[in-house]
Amino acid sequence: MGEFKVHRVRFFNYIPSGIRCVAYNNQSNRLAVSRTDGTVEIYNLSANYFQEKFFPGHESRATEALCWAKGQRLFSAGLNGEIIEYDLQALNIKYAVDAFGGPIWSMAVSPHGSQLLVGCEDGSVKLFQITPDKIQFERNFDRQKSRILSLSWHPSGTHVAAGSIDYISVFDVKSGSAVHKMLVDRQYMGVSKRKCIIWGVAFLSDGTVISVDSAGKVQFWDSATGTLVKNHLIANADVQSIAVSDQEDSFVVGTAEGTVFHFQLVSVTSNSSEKQWVRTKPFQHHTHDVRAVAHSPTALISGGTDTHLVIRPLMEKVEVKNYDAALRKITFPHRRLISCSKKRQLLLFQFTHHLELWRLGSTVATGKNGDTLPLSRDADHLLHLKTKGPENIICSCISPCGSWIAYSTTSRFFLYRLNYEHDNISLQRVSKMPAFLRSALQILFSEDSAKLFVASNQGSLHVIRLLEGSFKHLHTFQPQSGTVESMCLLAVSPDGNWLASSGTSAGVHVYNIKHLKLHCTVPSYNFPVTALAIAPNTNNLVIAHSDQQVFEYSIPDKQYTEWSRTIQKQGCYQEAYRPCL
Amino acid sequence: MAALEEGFTLSAVPLGAGPHGLLGVEQSDKADQFLVTDGGRTVILYKVSDQKPLGSWSVKQGQIITCPAVCNFQTGEYIVVHDNKVLRIWSNEDVNLDKVFKATLSAEIYRIHSIQGAEPLVLFKEGAVRGLEALLAEPQQKIETVISDEEVIKWTKIFMVFKHTVLIFITEKHGNYFAYIQKFNSHTLSKYTLLLGQEEKSVIQSFSASVDRNFISLMSLSSDGCVYETLVPIHPRDPEKDQRVVRSLLLKTVVSGDARNGVALTVLDQDHVAVLGPLLPSSKECVSIWNTKFQTLQASKELPQGTSGQLWYYGENLFVLHGKFLTVIPYKCEVSSLAGALGKLKHSQDPGTQTVPHFVNWETSRGHRFGSQNSEQSKRILRRRKPEVSVQNPASKQLLSAIKKDSEKHIEEELCKFLAIKPTPDFNTIIGDIVSELLGRHKAEPSFYPRNSLMQLIQTHVLSHSLCPGLMEAALEKADVQMLQLCLQQFPDIPESVTCACLKIFLSISDGSLQEAEINMESVSDYSDSVQEEKMEEQTEVLHNGFNAEEENCGNCDRELNKKPQDAAEETTSCPVIPKRAALLNAILHSAYSEMFLLPHLKDIPAQHVTLFLQYLYFLYLKCSENATMTLPGLHPPTLNQIMDWICLLLDANFTVVVMIPEAKRLLLSLYKFVKSQVCICSELNKIEVSFRELQKLNQEKNNRELYSIEVLELF
Repeated sequence: MGEFKVHRVRFFNYIPSGIRCVAYNNQSNRLAVSRTDGTVEIYNLSANYFQEKFFPGHESRATEALCWAKGQRLFSAGLNGEIIEYDLQALNIKYAVDAFGGPIWSMAVSPHGSQLLVGCEDGSVKLFQITPDKIQFERNFDRQKSRILSLSWHPSGTHVAAGSIDYISVFDVKSGSAVHKMLVDRQYMGVSKRKCIIWGVAFLSDGTVISVDSAGKVQFWDSATGTLVKNHLIANADVQSIAVSDQEDSFVVGTAEGTVFHFQLVSVTSNSSEKQWVRTKPFQHHTHDVRAVAHSPTALISGGTDTHLVIRPLMEKVEVKNYDAALRKITFPHRRLISCSKKRQLLLFQFTHHLELWRLGSTVATGKNGDTLPLSRDADHLLHLKTKGPENIICSCISPCGSWIAYSTTSRFFLYRLNYEHDNISLQRVSKMPAFLRSALQILFSEDSAKLFVASNQGSLHVIRLLEGSFKHLHTFQPQSGTVESMCLLAVSPDGNWLASSGTSAGVHVYNIKHLKLHCTVPSYNFPVTALAIAPNTNNLVIAHSDQQVFEYSIPDKQYTEWSRTIQKQGCYQEAYRPCL
Repeated sequence: MAALEEGFTLSAVPLGAGPHGLLGVEQSDKADQFLVTDGGRTVILYKVSDQKPLGSWSVKQGQIITCPAVCNFQTGEYIVVHDNKVLRIWSNEDVNLDKVFKATLSAEIYRIHSIQGAEPLVLFKEGAVRGLEALLAEPQQKIETVISDEEVIKWTKIFMVFKHTVLIFITEKHGNYFAYIQKFNSHTLSKYTLLLGQEEKSVIQSFSASVDRNFISLMSLSSDGCVYETLVPIHPRDPEKDQRVVRSLLLKTVVSGDARNGVALTVLDQDHVAVLGPLLPSSKECVSIWNTKFQTLQASKELPQGTSGQLWYYGENLFVLHGKFLTVIPYKCEVSSLAGALGKLKHSQDPGTQTVPHFVNWETSRGHRFGSQNSEQSKRILRRRKPEVSVQNPASKQLLSAIKKDSEKHIEEELCKFLAIKPTPDFNTIIGDIVSELLGRHKAEPSFYPRNSLMQLIQTHVLSHSLCPGLMEAALEKADVQMLQLCLQQFPDIPESVTCACLKIFLSISDGSLQEAEINMESVSDYSDSVQEEKMEEQTEVLHNGFNAEEENCGNCDRELNKKPQDAAEETTSCPVIPKRAALLNAILHSAYSEMFLLPHLKDIPAQHVTLFLQYLYFLYLKCSENATMTLPGLHPPTLNQIMDWICLLLDANFTVVVMIPEAKRLLLSLYKFVKSQVCICSELNKIEVSFRELQKLNQEKNNRELYSIEVLELF
């Protein structure tokens, strides 16, 4: 194909936030992950662990609990005392309800998915009824002395176990009164620690309550008598999380030492019916605290301060030894955080609360394959742009000419004009951006930098013409009737005629920009689109999917290209050595 | 590998006064305790580990015990029969047998069987079997007759098969043997006729049996001295019919055929049997362990005072009445290997017959084994391979006959002829035979020493020490250093003792006789030349950075040494031995050894030879360190590691000797000094290595860890 000068950029100093909670939804096989910066991400485990949705974080919104309710509804609760429901279609927050109990430490959805229980700082446990469009406070349970750090429903929905500091309470849901109070030993290896924090509880259908605490213990309690049945000391540090499988034959705990332990219910002898919980496998995939664990039918999922999301398939449960049987460690963000100005050799880096603009270095030397060339000029840090307000940046873009920078937060859209005078840069904000542009999911400039395309979370696509220092709203492509699915990916053709956009599940729409109308829709595919691009000259749209399939679609002909059909027939590997574009 | 340990006598009291020796040795309910029933009137309970009796009971004068006492494992009580019909049941606390429980039965008892986990069974002489409980409930009940007239029970045993008791008893009638299997879960009795096969006339002298899932493997020791095996099915297809079982030969001639009495057999485990009786016609009686799988004798122990021809085996102990005393011989069977099993193969070579090669050629014999496995029984016997292997080609036959009588010259010619022929698959077997034949003749007439032929044979590369152990022995005897060198180079498996014996000869042989010998000088390069050219630079005290070469305790010796630098240099830089001896010593250095086995032999080398060898090693060491690669010149020089190892070995083995003798003192000092300087250099090298490593690391980091770089990438 030819020789390229590859700029190896290692100065994008992006540090993802630590994982605080994970919640697995068995029905949709999706995993919700919340991070310490308040971001909530949704991973589709069926689609090759692709992060299909995300909700931008907020400085004041520290998520402490995350759970799925009936009908694929996602709730979170945090230290600001609010319970939040997310709109998974529009990718925004549906509403926030204050529980009036101070910071919320824990939350649990009833087994039937119709009730929500939150544990608050003031020791109250509050029951909410989930209505079709909101949640409604029902009543308080008996107030406890100290904060409620963990909650678990009995599978029948009649009782609830609540972990607090130094004790576990068992509540009767009907009466709301505490039936049992189980005191946890503060002693830790013979040394009396100040307090024993119950980080997690799990209520099993046989009445056993499993607790994990800050003294490194995993304890089994009989909730009927309120007595300790069994004690496993597994760590020298806190055991911070627990998750039980649906069959209740295995559970997983995560410790502050970065270790994840798997416990299984196994027969005492080979053919006896008597079973007991046995610690079977330790996994050390984390370097820091494992703050959250989840148990899918086939895998153990863990996440923590070290920001990695680890999906460890249980080999005995995996039937087909394919890609899914491999250990997954999700470290890199699934979103595009870097944009590039080709003309001016600029890179724009997106961080949680600021943007960085860098100019690439240059070289006059030439070399052969594999050579590292001496730099005649090193890379320059040109700009550090901080956002105002507590909201995280959702997306950002720099125009190909390098004179425009745009970014969006949940509530505002920002557009800047850059002026270059020799080595000096001046920045000028374009004021009065229309309100409908806020909470944009994707921003893209046209190749000639004259147009700006903004995909909003309502499913609409705005086209804006950029003039010297000002703008003009040209058109809005409304979503297809009936769908409110937001568009996440955009691609524009180099000649400026075509714009392709894609949501998470529906097909890719191709718009004609000259005539401002929908040109065609590429049929939808089983797996979400992960990347889009339009080839110059041919105007072929290349679509990559999360199952590692690549399609090429000819926009002018409105059909898949011959090459695409061939590789779909033969598989990608035979064609891999043929020049693609 | 099965082994018999040193036995010990159990009782101080003479036993076996009666004509039939002991009645029996039976297990009691406690481990390690056994009930011994004397032929007369006494039952004694022994604790074997303490070698002492715990209790003894006798019947009244005039009464006689007719059946060995057993222990009822369910109640812990003991049962004995006296006067054929009277049962006595007692426990440990009882003192007098007259006062214990007594039951008189209506029929004569043959044996009482007791086995763990089941109630005792009473076998009557007429073949009927009763449970003890049922019998005690109604002692005078009628006992039916099972076996015919004149049929006599010879032997009986009880087994547990899948939690059910199975009783087997053998009867004899007019030289015919019958096996009865009584099963108690189904109360069926099956009768089998034992067909004796070809050896129709032999009399079975002893029985033993072990049980497998579906078969009782009944072993019998016949009067011809062979052990036969009969598989008796536990679950017969048609219990009503009279069935026949055939016996097959398992082991041939385990005891001398003409031993009329005093032979016994017992099964030890799956693959081992113990046999009591004389191994050879004239020899004393002994107990021997045979491996039935490999047909080998594993261990044997002579019992010179004679036995009663009875043998019992419980747990890990064999019980034998040796002379008048009951002797316990602990038996152990560790995991055995084929090699171990073959190692004790008896070399019973009948004089006069065509010689049998005792080297097994695995290449050829394997096919034979597999091919003939399921055919006839005699193929199982490894020892009887005469017809298979003795088929030799005529050239070798001619050669073998030549060796017997002809002159050395003639043999050489024959050998050349033989070696010229294309090697056959059993080539190494034949070579082995030839060598042993030659050595055999050498042994018989010491003047016959076919040196050239032997040399030629060694150079065929197929010989090893284990194939012809006598060869090196003979060479050592003759002090034939050339042959020894050749052997050291060719044989992979020379024992350390022989290596050491070679070393002794190499060190002690006079220079004069060495000059005459033709020795392969491959491993010795011309040391003397290089020596003259460059003089070893003298090691002087150097103060390295932070390291003082002269430590306090060594200061004296250094100084002392420095007084005579000339001598030291002279001593260390010229080869202390003549090149031919050096070549021989190099052969030793090259040979394989195991330190543990070599060390004791090294101690036997005289002091001055140790010094000489050390001097030579020191010289080699100095030579080695002259060049950067630390190697010696030449085709096959000893490596530095070999030299170092031998220095260590020699010093370890002869530490006190070397310290004591004055000649060695200076050598030791210079050796020490040199080693110290080497250590010094090594520590310096270590430091340099660390810095280089760091440099290398920095270099790599610089390549990879830069935050920004522009690289050229070519895509195809």
